This record gives sequence, C-alpha cells and structure tokens, in this order.
Amino acid sequence: MRRKDVLDLDDFTADELREVLETTAAMKEVLARPIRRVPPLRGKTIVNCFYEASTRTRVSFELAAKNLSADVVNITASGSSVEKGETLVDTTRTLQALGADMVIMRHGASGAPYLVARELEASVINAGDGWHAHPTQALLDLFTVQSRLGSIEGRRVAIIGDILHSRVARSATWGFTTLGAQVVLCAPPTLLPIGFADAVNTGLRAKGIVTACPVTVTHDVDEALRDADVVMALRVQRERMDSGLLPSLREYSREWGITRERIAKARFGALVMHPGPMNEGVEISPEVAYGPQSVIEAQVTNGVAVRMAVMYLLAGGRAGPAV
Amino acid sequence: MSNPNNAIRLAGAHGRFLGSLVIRGGRVIDPAQGIDAITDIAIRDGFVEAVGVGADAPPGAQVIDARGLIVTPGFVDLHTHLREPGFEYRETIATGTAAAAAGGFTTVCAMPNTEPAIDTTAVVDFIHDTARRQGSVRVYVIGAITRGRKGKALADLVELANAGVVAYSDDGDCVTDSALMRNALAYSRTTGRPVVQHAEDRALTTGAQMHEGSVSARLGLPGWPRAAEEVIVARDCELAALTGAHLHVAHVSSAGTLDFIRRARSRGVHVTAEVTPHHLTLTDALVGGHWWSATASLPAYDTRTKVNPPLRETPDSLAMAAGLRDGVIDCIATDHAPHGITDKHCEYQAAASGISNLETALGSVLAVVHAGGLTLVEAIAALTIRPARVFGLAAGSLLPGMAGDVTILDPDREWCVDPAQFRSKGRNTPLAGHLLRGQVIQTIVGGEVICDRSA
Repeated sequence: MRRKDVLDLDDFTADELREVLETTAAMKEVLARPIRRVPPLRGKTIVNCFYEASTRTRVSFELAAKNLSADVVNITASGSSVEKGETLVDTTRTLQALGADMVIMRHGASGAPYLVARELEASVINAGDGWHAHPTQALLDLFTVQSRLGSIEGRRVAIIGDILHSRVARSATWGFTTLGAQVVLCAPPTLLPIGFADAVNTGLRAKGIVTACPVTVTHDVDEALRDADVVMALRVQRERMDSGLLPSLREYSREWGITRERIAKARFGALVMHPGPMNEGVEISPEVAYGPQSVIEAQVTNGVAVRMAVMYLLAGGRAGPAV
Repeated sequence: MSNPNNAIRLAGAHGRFLGSLVIRGGRVIDPAQGIDAITDIAIRDGFVEAVGVGADAPPGAQVIDARGLIVTPGFVDLHTHLREPGFEYRETIATGTAAAAAGGFTTVCAMPNTEPAIDTTAVVDFIHDTARRQGSVRVYVIGAITRGRKGKALADLVELANAGVVAYSDDGDCVTDSALMRNALAYSRTTGRPVVQHAEDRALTTGAQMHEGSVSARLGLPGWPRAAEEVIVARDCELAALTGAHLHVAHVSSAGTLDFIRRARSRGVHVTAEVTPHHLTLTDALVGGHWWSATASLPAYDTRTKVNPPLRETPDSLAMAAGLRDGVIDCIATDHAPHGITDKHCEYQAAASGISNLETALGSVLAVVHAGGLTLVEAIAALTIRPARVFGLAAGSLLPGMAGDVTILDPDREWCVDPAQFRSKGRNTPLAGHLLRGQVIQTIVGGEVICDRSA
C-alpha cells in the first residue's frame, strides 16, 4: 500500500481495498494460531490517541498493534495535557518529537486527523473523526461481507439509521461502492445528510467507477430492505430526540427499527450488521441482533485482523500470507 | 438610496491628510460623475480641486504619471474588522488601515465586535482618536445595536450617533429577537443611520461550520443552510417596511436572499445590501479541497476557507455578480476579518471564521470583471460611490471639493498572493499562493501618497 495515512476510504482504489482484504485474511490465520504474536512491527511505537470515549475501537487497535509486536502507548483526552488546554497541534508536535511511528486517532471534530496527518511525518490512521469517517470500521464490514457472501460486487447494502451523524455510514458507503456494490441509505428525513449521495456518486465517477446508481436514498425502510444482501443498522441516540430531530425513539423503532418481520423483506439469508454499541429494541430488535443472520460478533472479531492488516501494510508490509 | 446631499461630514478623524499633487494621463473612472476618460486630477491641500485635461498642479506639488493606469476615487469599505480595542494580536487600527491602503481603500468603517464592544461614546472616541494618530486611511465607526452586542437591550443609539457612528450593527451576531429588531429599526429613525444586520437564524446554524450541501455532507461538517440567512432577511424587510427605517443587509451569501430584497425594494422599503469579494468568487468546493477539484490549491478542511456566512455554491456567486449589475446589491464590502495563527491553526470546528480581505479585494473583484461578470465601471462603482451612498459618507467621488482620496490601479498586473507580505496582521486567506490579476499601484489619501507600488 503506497500511502502514508489511512484517513478515509474515499481515496482508496478497488485494488487497494482488495489488498487490505487479502492481508486481513492472512491476519485471521495468525489470530487462529496458539501464539498470536508476529514480529513485523517490533521496535515500532504506536500511539493510540483517543479524544473521544471508545472501548471497542481502542482495544481493537491496541490488540492489533500488540499482535504485531509494536509498543503501544494510549493517550486519552482526560488525564493528559489535553485537559490543561494543550491544542491538537501542540500534541501532534509532541508526538513527532517523541518519535511515534504511527498514530491512531479518534477525535470528535470532523477532519481533525487530516490536520494531524499534515503536521506529522508518522502514519496516521483515522479511528473515527466526528461525523466524517471511520475507515477501519468500513474495512472490517467489507471483510465480513466478503468472507460471508464470497463477493461484494453487485451486492445491495442497506444502511438504516442515523446517517447524518454517522462516520460509519459515510466510510462504509465509499468502501462498498468502490468495490462495485450498491448502497441504499435509509433514515427519517431529519437524519439524512442533504447531498451526500450526490457527493459520493460524483466522487465515484471521478474514480472511474461506473456502477449504475451506486448510492440511493429513501425514507421507506421496506424499500431499503427490498433485495438487500446486507442490512446495516446504525445506532440512534436518545439525544437526537432532545434536539428535535426525532419525535420519539418509540416512533423511530416502529417505523425504521429492524425487526424479524422487516428483515424477512430482505433477500433470503441477508447479513445483519451493526457497528455497535447497539440500542436493542430501538434500531434493531434483540432477536435480529442475536439471530442466525447476525454477523455482529464476527464484525468485532474481524476488527482486530483488519487493523493488523492496515498497520502492517502502512509499515511497508506486502499483501499475502507471508506474515 | 440615501440622498448624497445629506452626506455625513465628520469632524475630527480626517484633518491630517492635507497634501497637494496632480495625477496626469490616467484613465479616470469616476462613476459618480459619469467620467470615464483619459484626463488629469489636481488635489490641493487635501481636496480635489479640478478634474480635466491640463488640470493645474499647485506650485511645487508632486506630479504622478498615471499613463496606462486607471485612476478612481479611493475605495470605501463599509465592513472592516479592525479588532482594536481588545484583539490587538489579530489587528490594530494602525495595521488594519495600512492594509486598507495597500488594498486601495481610503475609507473604512470599523465594525463594533471589539472588546469592549463599540456601544459607548468612550469607545467611539478612542477609535476616532487612535485612527487620527495612527491610521493610514479614514476611519468611520459603526456602533453596536445592542448593549454589549448581547442582543438583549438597545445601546444608546442617539448618543452613539452624536459621537459620530455612521451605522449600527451587532455584526458577528444576528439580532434574532424580532421585537428588539423592530425597536432598533424604529429608534434608528431618530438618527437616520442604517441598521446593519448579520442575517443568521442561530437556531438553524447550531454548530454549523460551512454551507449545507453535498460538500458538507461528504466532509461530515454541520451545515449552514441558505434558509438561515433568508428567513432573517425576509423578516427584517417586513420590519423595515413596518418602521420605515433603513435596513442594510451585511454580506449577502445566498441567491434566494436577493429575491426578498428585490421584493421589498419594489414596495418602496429602504433596504440596501452588500456582498463580499469571497462570496462573489469562491464556493464551498474550496472546503473540500483536492477532493473536489484536482487543481485545488488547498487540502480538505483548510480552515482558511471558514467564514461566516459560509462560501456557497456557483449559482449563488453568479447571482451575487448579477445582483451587483442590476442594483439589488448596492456595493462590495470586504468583511475583512483578520485572525491570529492560533485562531486558524486548529481543527476546522475550533477555527475562527473570517478572511483577511482588504489586500486581495481588488484582485478578487477584477477576477469577476475579467471573466465578464461585471464591467470595470460597475466594479469601480461598487467599490466607491455606491458604498458611500449607502452610509451617506462624503467619499467615493472625485467631484471638486471632495476629499482628495484616489486609487490608481493596473487591472492587468499579475501578482501572487503571499500573506507574509500583508500589511494586515491577519494572514488568513484561502487565496494564499493564488495568482491575481489586477493590483493597486498607488493609494492617495487627502493628496498624500499612502501606498506606492509604482517603483
């Protein structure tokens, strides 16, 4: 992979995505060994820089880095000089001076990792920035779908929930469409970002990807589910109700929640995904979340392998089973 | 339109500039007098004495050879953030007026979002006094509409007018309370000074970082919809109709806003409007940087693109030029908003809004002229007599007896924007590194050459 940073999937080619997925398969094989540790990042320092609360993503990156024999340092916004008012640019310069080889960054402000990547010689992996992007989450979604369904091209992926505030939806949309899938985004009108489908469709044409209608938008959940091979539910937060975007979670769950009755409208055997954490009974019912079509736990497991693959490739490793 | 015969003449601030000189052989464009001809201008003791071929040089006066150049009245900016008092690290009256001179502006109107806000006579006096001692150009003061610019209670509007403010504004913040805005407009009739509204319905722009559209959707930045401007302008037009007062709409950014202004005007409501150079020439695509255009000079999320109201889309910027042509928009105003490095070198969402504009304004406006969006005469009018008339300032024309404020420019001289060379402390411009065509050669205030690039 010839790039310094992984900030989003919008600038990935299909070949680059395939390289990551192939390498992830090799990392899965490493994870199946009795001793999961391999040496490619020995002596490298990886800084986990989390300005926003996160459990699964931070732990997933930490495990991935340790499995690759890197030294891992965790910085969280509380308990660091960030609390003393240190700016992001200051922190970045400090990381540079301390010799970090790779920085994993989670930040509440969209675009913050781009600022850091411009300042820093080290590689930056975006672990989620504001509403904008979460590329490793999207990569693990791609890997999960590829390994369960065998292919991504030509599949129909329904992403249902709070699209407006979702970095997962944005990155997943770029990832799936770049590999030739169609994505349908479904939400109440107040939770859909105006113009996003246009932006992606235009961006895909610029990349030379010519799928018919790669991204469409609907408010009708039944229409979104029709012929879907993959159904991804997104978390809907209680605060959306307080800010007037939704009348009530009850109404949301009745009109847009993924229930057993609704999932029957998708293609037989369609995969059910969720980036977590779930509001069971709101955007997804427990019998779907834990039912036979759910791959939600596999997503978490695959997350470690995908992050190992991304770090390995960024550090100069080559695709394939050579680890 | 205000009656130019009622022009305000302020005592004080401008006694310093009392030079004499003659400018020979330039193409003089003075839209106020309908002059567009190769001719001469004589300035004696600070005031225009004569315009015409062979106009006499006062004995011993400097002679400026303007052959091949364009000679216009000094530019007038109705919307300048000089930052002093309170934010001297961003700009001072000295540096801001030096930047104005460098950009061809001989008159600027200082916005009151200082610290303290310009809501008392003491602060007005301080600015007049500092400008007299340290200023490179003429400075008029805009007073706050509300006490402390807090949007709760009216400032002492008559007292402020008596101290010399030429307009009222809470710029940076919108007067959102409809009753308060009605009262401000009604009360302003006692002084005849316009009420300048920063039209932004805050409830629609909570957390907003840029124009709401496909670029903001892609970048995951909260959007500032056009409607947030339009609803306030629609409301304020009705309040201006109700009160008979003069409403001036600051920095129009949305094409739809023009429809409301046009409609109010057609009913005889006294509404004027301004547009900035950046809303005439730049769009939200710039915020998307390289992603949006392979030729973009900026990366995505470059905070130098952050400005309030935000850069909008191409149909909006085209509508702004059309609005200037047909008169719905009265004039160009820079909204010069200098910031310190730390205000901009941070996350997009943490960055301050604003562009340091005085020194690139002419180049931006001429880009519209070169592209055929405005004639040169229309552009010069929008920088001189038209803004002067909006605030009733005795400026913007070379009529004999007027102040001898002149801008000499070369509309074709190409130059690369290098913010390190700015006179302004604010280096925050998305045009850094851009090639502009059109540069100020000399700026003359009261017959004194304040800025000179003729060498």
